Amino acid sequence: MAETKHDWAEIARNPRFVELHRKKIVFLYGWWALSAGCYFLLLLGAGYTPGLFGVEVIGNINVGYLFALAQFVITFGIAIHYGRVADRDFDRLTKELVKQIG
Amino acid sequence: MKRLVICALAAVLLGGGAAGAEPAKPVSAVATPAGAGAPAPSATAVAPPAVRGAVKDAAPAKVKTNKAITLSMFALIILATLGIVVRAAKKTQTVADYYTAGGGISGIQNGWAITGDVVSAASFLGMSGLISLYGIDGFMYSTGPILGFVTILLLMAEPLRNAGKYTMGDILCFRASPKPVRAAAAISTVAVSTFYLLAQMVGAGKLMQLLLDIPYKVSVIGVGTLLIIYVVFGGMKATTWVQIIKAALLLTAAVLLSLLVALKAGLNPLRFFADVVNNAAIQDHVRMGVLKHPLPEPGFDYGKRFLQPGLFLKNPLDQVSLGLAWVLGAAGLPHIMMRFFTVPNAKEARKSIRIAVFLMGAFFILTTFLGFGAAIHITPQKIAAMDKGGNMATLLLAQYLGGGEGSIGGDLFLAFVCAVAFATILAVVSGLVLAASAAIAHDIYVNIIKDGKANQKEQVVTARITSLVVGALAIGMGIAAEKENIVALVALAFAVAASGNFPVIMLSLFWRKFNTAGIVAGIVVGTVAAIGLVLVSPNMTYPKKIAADAKKVVETLEKKQAAGEVLAEKDLKALEKARSDYAKNKDGTSIMGLDAPLFPLKNPGIVSVPLGFLAAVIGCLAFRDRRAEDMFDEIYVRQNTGIGIAKAIEH
Repeated sequence: MAETKHDWAEIARNPRFVELHRKKIVFLYGWWALSAGCYFLLLLGAGYTPGLFGVEVIGNINVGYLFALAQFVITFGIAIHYGRVADRDFDRLTKELVKQIG
Repeated sequence: MKRLVICALAAVLLGGGAAGAEPAKPVSAVATPAGAGAPAPSATAVAPPAVRGAVKDAAPAKVKTNKAITLSMFALIILATLGIVVRAAKKTQTVADYYTAGGGISGIQNGWAITGDVVSAASFLGMSGLISLYGIDGFMYSTGPILGFVTILLLMAEPLRNAGKYTMGDILCFRASPKPVRAAAAISTVAVSTFYLLAQMVGAGKLMQLLLDIPYKVSVIGVGTLLIIYVVFGGMKATTWVQIIKAALLLTAAVLLSLLVALKAGLNPLRFFADVVNNAAIQDHVRMGVLKHPLPEPGFDYGKRFLQPGLFLKNPLDQVSLGLAWVLGAAGLPHIMMRFFTVPNAKEARKSIRIAVFLMGAFFILTTFLGFGAAIHITPQKIAAMDKGGNMATLLLAQYLGGGEGSIGGDLFLAFVCAVAFATILAVVSGLVLAASAAIAHDIYVNIIKDGKANQKEQVVTARITSLVVGALAIGMGIAAEKENIVALVALAFAVAASGNFPVIMLSLFWRKFNTAGIVAGIVVGTVAAIGLVLVSPNMTYPKKIAADAKKVVETLEKKQAAGEVLAEKDLKALEKARSDYAKNKDGTSIMGLDAPLFPLKNPGIVSVPLGFLAAVIGCLAFRDRRAEDMFDEIYVRQNTGIGIAKAIEH
């Protein structure tokens, strides 16, 4: 399985790789934590503050419905944003790195 | 290959004949949720007494399908998918073709296929049913799966694509000693897939029984035989296309139904929600059916209550525990993981998850319109009378929107939605069988028993035979498990995936020190903890509890009798039944020999996930492995850049 062609440790120390990796970690874990946080807030809110969730905002549409809907909007937003950032930044950095290594 | 087809056909005929001899079971006994792709919609298993009360006057109601139309739609789907299998079979020659369609699926195709893989009959029929009976809680429920895909999108899909090949075992044994790790990975894969598959088979059997009015056995054998044909001959390519077609049909049905529901409300969302709140039947259902207020409480708006949480999801801690299983478990499901390997590179994997997120999100949002629409137009009372879990809501809605029972439009639309449910089942079970077979054939047979020394042809043959056996077992177990609690099975699948698989995959990919001992400890402890906790959870049947409930009924009715009241016939029947229930159950214990649950939650995630992580970390630190640490750079660079990916595919 192991390949002898690449010196993996050296690539791992390559500044481009370090940069790529740092950017990715911050971005990916940051957004993941945000969306998971919102999700658990929704679950806890529905469980412990049903009164708040029942407050009507527009017509009979209440906070609870909008919050649950927002969960989807956040997810869509992350999917769009991540796609853009990855295509623009991560893929470019990866390509440069691969080119440099040859 | 031809021989296999003949065998399969013979199996259908024999099975059909054998089952045909059995008397058809009464349809009204069905109370389990269809398919159950969602873990533990608890109320669907045990209907609240009040809902049961609503049923008592109704004759054994059922959805009346037009058999000729429905069967021709089913036949159309079967023919179309079999056509695909024939084409796919010709192109499936190597092992990579069989397991991953040679990595030749595009991101867009894979996105649709993932949607088809994930959205089960439970999501299609069960969630709208939950909404129609319990209001907004059903919608809250559907946010879980979508969050699971955020985890997959951001943390799992690309690294897995870059580091993996066919199975979870391939990823995990990258820098660990292959045999123990593959064995552990294969066992947990088979466990997760079996629990999930069993739930799907039982759900499928019951649903087909209900829709086509055929015996349970025949429906399980029919579904099982089709899935064997898809998987054995068509491999991943056919499975993928079945899933794509299913996803397309599913979304078409959801969009059409929602549009018609929206038209009834003049395309005005405010009017739509006002219709829900002001509906007398819904108000009555919330008051009597769910909250059990015999007399209306002054000033309490029962219609608005339907749009507030807490009618179905009652224990917040259980919800958080379930949420954890959703968020982490979806990423640990082997049949989902396997889909990342079918695309050529990480970029396509990313694209596919993004597409899947949009498709599934749109679908779940539309589900609100189906559920509330059914509540408005069909009424919760009628829906609960057909099926206590509400699984018939979408079907009844389709019939109504098409023009009502007996009309051509109603029959057609109902048949179409039935056919979509059928395609849904086929797509999900095929993916599951393929994943389980890959773990057995690739990890256990080829890499452990044969030390990886098997040529292409031998591997493909092994893979096909394994799929055949797994499919046959699925039929057998599906028949045997007719009466099993499938809700518990799905909770189990997700809990094992989240506690056994997710921690070790994450640590393998992101922690330098992680090694063989950590992987084995994590999988074993996570899996055992999840299974163990479910076994002592309220998901199981506790005869003493049934006896206590029966006793209450007996006492109430006897008191009535003692007061000189003459009981109606149905009350007398209930009394008799309660007495026999009491006698039967008063000395019984659960499978684990318990009188009452030891663990208070239905979903073990909140305990078993941390246990899985903890065991993995402790196991790893107890047995340090220099080689694994040295190889971390390689897997780290690979998963982030995709360097060396072509090599990984070739051999």
